[in-house]
Amino acid sequence: MKDRFNLYRFASPAVFYPLAGAMTPYFVAVSIVFGIAGLWLGMLVAPTDFQQGEGYRIIFIHVPASWMSMFIYLVMAFWAAIGLAFNTRLSGMMAQALAPTGALMAFLSLLTGALWGKPMWGAWWVWDARLTSELILLFLYIGYMALTAAIDDPRRSDKAGGLLLLVGVVNIPIIYFSVKWWNTLHQGSSINLAKSSMATTMLWGMLLMAMCFWMYSIAIALMRVRTIILERERHSDWVKTLLLAGDPK
Amino acid sequence: MLKIITAVISRDLKLAMRRQADIVSALFFFIIVVSLFPLGIGPEPDLLRKLAPGVLWVAALLATMLSLPRLFADDHRDGTLEQLALAPHPLGLVVTGKVIAHWLVSGLPLALIAPILGIQFDLSTEGLVAITLAILIGTPALSGIGAIGAALTLGLRGGGVLISLLVLPLYIPVLIFGAGAVDATVTGLGGEGHLSLLAALTFASLGFAPWAAAAALKIALE
Repeated sequence: MKDRFNLYRFASPAVFYPLAGAMTPYFVAVSIVFGIAGLWLGMLVAPTDFQQGEGYRIIFIHVPASWMSMFIYLVMAFWAAIGLAFNTRLSGMMAQALAPTGALMAFLSLLTGALWGKPMWGAWWVWDARLTSELILLFLYIGYMALTAAIDDPRRSDKAGGLLLLVGVVNIPIIYFSVKWWNTLHQGSSINLAKSSMATTMLWGMLLMAMCFWMYSIAIALMRVRTIILERERHSDWVKTLLLAGDPK
Repeated sequence: MLKIITAVISRDLKLAMRRQADIVSALFFFIIVVSLFPLGIGPEPDLLRKLAPGVLWVAALLATMLSLPRLFADDHRDGTLEQLALAPHPLGLVVTGKVIAHWLVSGLPLALIAPILGIQFDLSTEGLVAITLAILIGTPALSGIGAIGAALTLGLRGGGVLISLLVLPLYIPVLIFGAGAVDATVTGLGGEGHLSLLAALTFASLGFAPWAAAAALKIALE
C-alpha cells in the first residue's frame, strides 16, 4: 500500500522530533537574514525622527516584541484548544515550549518601552493603558508557567495549563478594555504616541524586524519542544535507540 | 437543576457553619489589612477618602483569595468530590452551588462590614452606599473566577501562592469597576455605569466560570 502524505502523522512526538530538528536551522537562518536586513534598514537607512531624534530607533525592537508577546499568547491558546479537543500530546508540549519566549517578549517590550519612555516622556513608567495591559499579559504568562511547573504529571500539566490559557484568552479583551476605560477615567490621555505618518523605510524596518522576531520565536520554540519531547519520552524505545546511536539529531 | 444547586449550597453552608472560625478569620484578615493602610500612609482624611475604594477592594480580593484553596480541598481530601463528579448531575451545576455558597460565607460578610470600614476612611454617605453595593455586586464574580483557580491548583504543592498568581490578573476588571463605582459616585459622576458593568461581570462569571472550573476539576481528578 502506498504511503499517503498525512499531516496528522506529525502529531506524534517521535515523528515530529526529527522534523523539528531539520526545520530549526532554516528558521534560524531566515531570522538572521531578516534581522540583519531589518537592523540595517532601521539603524542606518531610516531617517532621524524630527521629533524624537535617534532615540525612536528603539521601536525596531519594541514594536516587534510587543506584537510577538500578544501573538504568542494566541498561538499558545490555539495549541491548548487543539490539545484539549483532540487530546494530542504534542499540542501541550508546543504551548509549554512557547511560553518562555512569550514571557521574554512581554518583558522585552516593557523594558524597551521604559528605555524609550525615559528620554521621550521623562518617566520610566506611566500607567498608560497599553503599558498596563502588557504588564498584565506578562503576569498571565508567569501564571501559566508557574501552574505548569507545579504539576508533575505532564498530561495534567498540559491540560490544566491549556484550560488556563483558554480562560486567559477569553479574559484578555475584558481586561484590555477595563484598563483602557480605567485609564481614560483617571487621568485622561496625557501622553500619546505621536500619530505622525511613518516614513516608509521605518515601516519596512519594523516589518523586517517583526519577521526576524517571528522566525526567532519559531526556531527557539522548536528547539525547546525537542528537549521537552526527549524529557517526556525518555522511557520510550525510539528515544533510547536515538540516544544510544550517539549524536541525538 | 435548581434542586442540585440548592442542595449543594445548603450542604456547604452547613459545613461552613460548623467551622465558623474560618469565616471569621477571613473577615478579620479583611479588617486588619484595611486598617493597616492608614498606619502606613498617615491619617490625613483627604488622602484616606481618596484611597478608600482601592484599599477596600484590594483587601477584598486578598480576603477572597485566602478562602479559595478550601473551596474544593476538603471535599477532595475525603473523596466527596469524586462522588460528586461521578454523580449523574452535571458537575458544573455542583460547582455553581459551591461558588454561591462560597460567596455567602466569604463575599457577603465583606459587603456587610465594608460600610463600617468606610467610615474609618471618612467616606461620605453616598460613598458608603456605593462601596457596599459594589462589593455586594462584585464579589460573586471573585468567587466564580476564583473557583477556576482553585480547581486548577487542586492538590498541588504551594497551591495557595499559585492561586494568587493565576487568579489576581483575572480579578483586575472587577477591581477597576468596583473601585471606579465608588470614585464615580463620590465625584458626582454617578456610579450606575460601573455597577452595571460589575453586575455584567458577575453574571458572566457565574454563568461560565463554574463550567470551566468543572472541566479543571475533571482534569485534576483523572
